[in-house]
Amino acid sequence: MADIDVKVAQWKLVEVGRVVLIRRGPYIGKLAAIVEIVDHRRVLIDGPSTEQNKIVPRHVLPLAHATLTPFVIPQLPRSAGTGPVRKLWQKNEIDGKWAKSNYAQKTERTERRKNLNDFERFKVMRLRKQARFEVQKSQAKLRAAAPKS
Amino acid sequence: MSDSTVGQTKQFGKGQRLVPAQKAQKWYPVDDESQPKKVRKTLRPAKLRESLKPGTILILLAGRFRGKRVVLLKHLDQGVLLVTGPFKINGVPLRRVNSRYVIATSTSVDISAVDSQTLEKVSAKDYFTKDKASQKKSEEAFFQQGEKPQKKVVASARASDQKAVDQSILASVKKENYLGSYLASSFSLRNGDKPHEMKW
Repeated sequence: MADIDVKVAQWKLVEVGRVVLIRRGPYIGKLAAIVEIVDHRRVLIDGPSTEQNKIVPRHVLPLAHATLTPFVIPQLPRSAGTGPVRKLWQKNEIDGKWAKSNYAQKTERTERRKNLNDFERFKVMRLRKQARFEVQKSQAKLRAAAPKS
Repeated sequence: MSDSTVGQTKQFGKGQRLVPAQKAQKWYPVDDESQPKKVRKTLRPAKLRESLKPGTILILLAGRFRGKRVVLLKHLDQGVLLVTGPFKINGVPLRRVNSRYVIATSTSVDISAVDSQTLEKVSAKDYFTKDKASQKKSEEAFFQQGEKPQKKVVASARASDQKAVDQSILASVKKENYLGSYLASSFSLRNGDKPHEMKW
């Protein structure tokens, strides 16, 4: 008999403790944890971040307005109050993990690039040119060293 | 008494009478003469944008030097801006510019050390006015084909003024990295650029 390897799917699930990114409405771009699943399209969320401008008050959010993140707060009790959620949020360092994620870094960069003034844009252009030149130089060196086929 | 305008007294028999030089009109005009309207407009000095402070780097939007980034020197009381390239960096001379056709950036250059005397001279009213051509172009000259036209000569006084103004600006530009090449480059819109959303 052939070996059959059964694995649990690595999907991101809508579950209590799942951290979601809000994509629409007044709390756009902020993080919150699922506290309770209301029905198949809505969840109760709570985002008790330590930073004042990142707090999301407890409310019901349609799942269509949310993106699931890879982060889960493990063993978050169902419909836990804001206090316990905040404690677990800090313990699991959700804000720190999020800041390190690719998505957060990219959005932060686009935001910063958007707010550059004309001179700063010019400097970015020049520095990118320099970096590109270095890369191309080393590539050319490798190409020259490679045996001809 | 030379009263040619008043008239002269003439003798008529026994009496004499003043005969006016100009006869009075026989008729009154039918219509009253209309009073010209009083103009209530006044000439006020131009009020420019807050962002147009002397020393700011501007992007010119119109004219021969459109797209160039230049340094704002002064507001002239003619209601225009006095700018300079500096000439050595991007070829823009001391020049008057309409403030409407200009984008002010948030970058600025220190111009406190600029020679104030030359600046005063340059901002005088008729500094930029052209001299009348000494040699008038004749019709013959127009028909003489093949002859090279005379090259335009820049007045040496203008050139020395330019140098005197630019000198300290060049020094302060040199202090910051990339600022010189920034001024040398010209601005243009690229794909996906939205000028109304960009910060300057």
